[in-house]
Amino acid sequence: MSPPRKPQLVCPAGSLRALQCAVDAGADAVYLGLKDATNARNFAGLNFDDAQVQAGVAHAHARGAQVLMALNTFAAARDPSPWFRAADKAVALGADALIVADTAVMAWCRRRHPQLRLHLSVQASATSHAAIEFYRERYGIQRAVLPRVLTLQQVAQVIERTEVDIEVFGFGSLCVMVEGRCALSSWATGCSPNNAGVCSPASAVRWSEDARGVQARLNDVLIDVYAPDEARGYPTLCKGRFVVDGRRGYALEEPTSLNTLDVLPQLIGMGVAAIKIEGRQRSAAYVEQVTRVWRAAIDRAAVAPERYQVAPEWSHTLARHAEGQQHTLGAYDRPWR
Amino acid sequence: MPTSASLAGTDAPAEPGRFGLTIGPVLYHWPRQALMDFYAEAVETPADTIVIGEVVCARRRELRLPDWLALGADLAAAGKTVVLAAQALIETEADLRLLERQAEQTDFAVEAADASALHLLAERVPLVLGPHLNIYSRAALVEHAALGAGMGLGRWVAPVELPLDDIAAINPAADPVCTPAGAPVQTEAWAFGRVPLAFSARCFTARHHHLPKDQCGFRCIEDPDGLAMDTSEARAFLVLNGTQTQSAAVQCLLGEREALRAAGVSRLRLSPCARGFARVVEDFHAVANQGAKAAERLASWAALGVPGPFANGYARRRAGMEWSVTA
Repeated sequence: MSPPRKPQLVCPAGSLRALQCAVDAGADAVYLGLKDATNARNFAGLNFDDAQVQAGVAHAHARGAQVLMALNTFAAARDPSPWFRAADKAVALGADALIVADTAVMAWCRRRHPQLRLHLSVQASATSHAAIEFYRERYGIQRAVLPRVLTLQQVAQVIERTEVDIEVFGFGSLCVMVEGRCALSSWATGCSPNNAGVCSPASAVRWSEDARGVQARLNDVLIDVYAPDEARGYPTLCKGRFVVDGRRGYALEEPTSLNTLDVLPQLIGMGVAAIKIEGRQRSAAYVEQVTRVWRAAIDRAAVAPERYQVAPEWSHTLARHAEGQQHTLGAYDRPWR
Repeated sequence: MPTSASLAGTDAPAEPGRFGLTIGPVLYHWPRQALMDFYAEAVETPADTIVIGEVVCARRRELRLPDWLALGADLAAAGKTVVLAAQALIETEADLRLLERQAEQTDFAVEAADASALHLLAERVPLVLGPHLNIYSRAALVEHAALGAGMGLGRWVAPVELPLDDIAAINPAADPVCTPAGAPVQTEAWAFGRVPLAFSARCFTARHHHLPKDQCGFRCIEDPDGLAMDTSEARAFLVLNGTQTQSAAVQCLLGEREALRAAGVSRLRLSPCARGFARVVEDFHAVANQGAKAAERLASWAALGVPGPFANGYARRRAGMEWSVTA
């Protein structure tokens, strides 16, 4: 049996500067989105215009890296044309693959751009090999990004039973809900990842302070109250504190980040094709430092898995960038069961 | 080939001018007897279609598939169109085997909830496109309408967050999306009930009780309408229902008859609650199909134990939790 291949390191690029940092720090691929609702990180000041995509593709290709374009929201009913135009643009601007979630977009790509490589976005919520097969048979997807809800064993089973390459999340903010199937943000604000490309949008966030402490609201819904000396997080709805049965706490999830460095040799051993770093909304410095750590870790784990250990300086670097300075293995780990 | 008469109703459009009423699957963990009592009462309601099965958690076993099939046969014998619901989140090989068994039965259409179901069910049973498939545009509905061409596909349940004007753009009554066989796809809208907003591999009810999911003790059976999750200001916000997170407010489109009709909606999904539900169904029939006034019916529900408050924001392209009264 041949040794498992080295997975591709896929890094976030919210800006041209972040893209350059990621590529120069050793990313095998970067993913980016356009400045509109066609991608799931539709924040002001983020993402790429056409000229920036072109410059990013040139920078990446000159250094042997790939550019994946995220077109991972669902085409709007009243005007789906921006999604179809974005697919055309990805081809024209030289993207190496399109990360897609919507069957309408996939069908468009198959008809118009049969040579274009399609990666199934995590937003498509494919949690089983049967689901992945659905998209492979109908739309020819070549890679699928798994939602962060499966255990390691379940990931291994998916890999065994599909010929589609599997990409998993390695590090970054943790969605505890199945991506592509969470409407919590839209319930509170009217905007959702699926239809507006944004969760807990900044425009709906309001901070205030009174005797109880600092309050964070999302469209008037109180998401959290912080004591004066307490660290404050961004008021992502699922990571707020609420009252259940008279007890106040993080009813859904603590502000914490996913970090899979500990299980990297297992992920490689089971044959994951790519490891994704989350964080297009983060700074270029985050991208640079996190990419450097993961480049080193993947190289070491792939070449000499028996000698692999998480280096203290890796953990130290990643901890600086983790939400609430906390790490978790999320669903990969037993405590969720 | 399924030939059962019970399938025939699946594709039949509601009588012109009338809304079909669908009782959605019970989303909570109710004891077996409570489920049996609920369906005994449901048979007597004006709902023409009943969706049965466990959609939230694979560990809940008050009724297993053979029990659901037997119940379905009884409901069909009583004149209802029965649809089997697929589990919303497919994670394990056991989940896939359950889908396989649903594909092998030949009595009922199956409501698909994810792409696993589409893959395993298409061309094997008639499909209903459930509300958790992300169909947000006409082009996406056309893609899905092409599935299971030979077996029939009757109906699309719109995603809960879609506003009515989007539904109108996707599947207007005057120009509906059709299956390859030429049958128009019916649109069903989430007209009553706490809204399933999110799914997770984590069980939030077990987590609240400091129990591992694998040894949860089925504590969710204590919460017949879910476990309230309020803000620190005591505002009812969400409800924990195992791996599912729901809205605390009940989406209620009882006052939206004309807007629903204008959007091309021909079926209303009524999602079960623990108390007062039969009256809810009757009131929807009275208002949607017989011209009764919504306001007085709505006002009577609290006394029956129907959960509240109400919300209809999604229908109007607003935050889902918002409520504005009409009719």
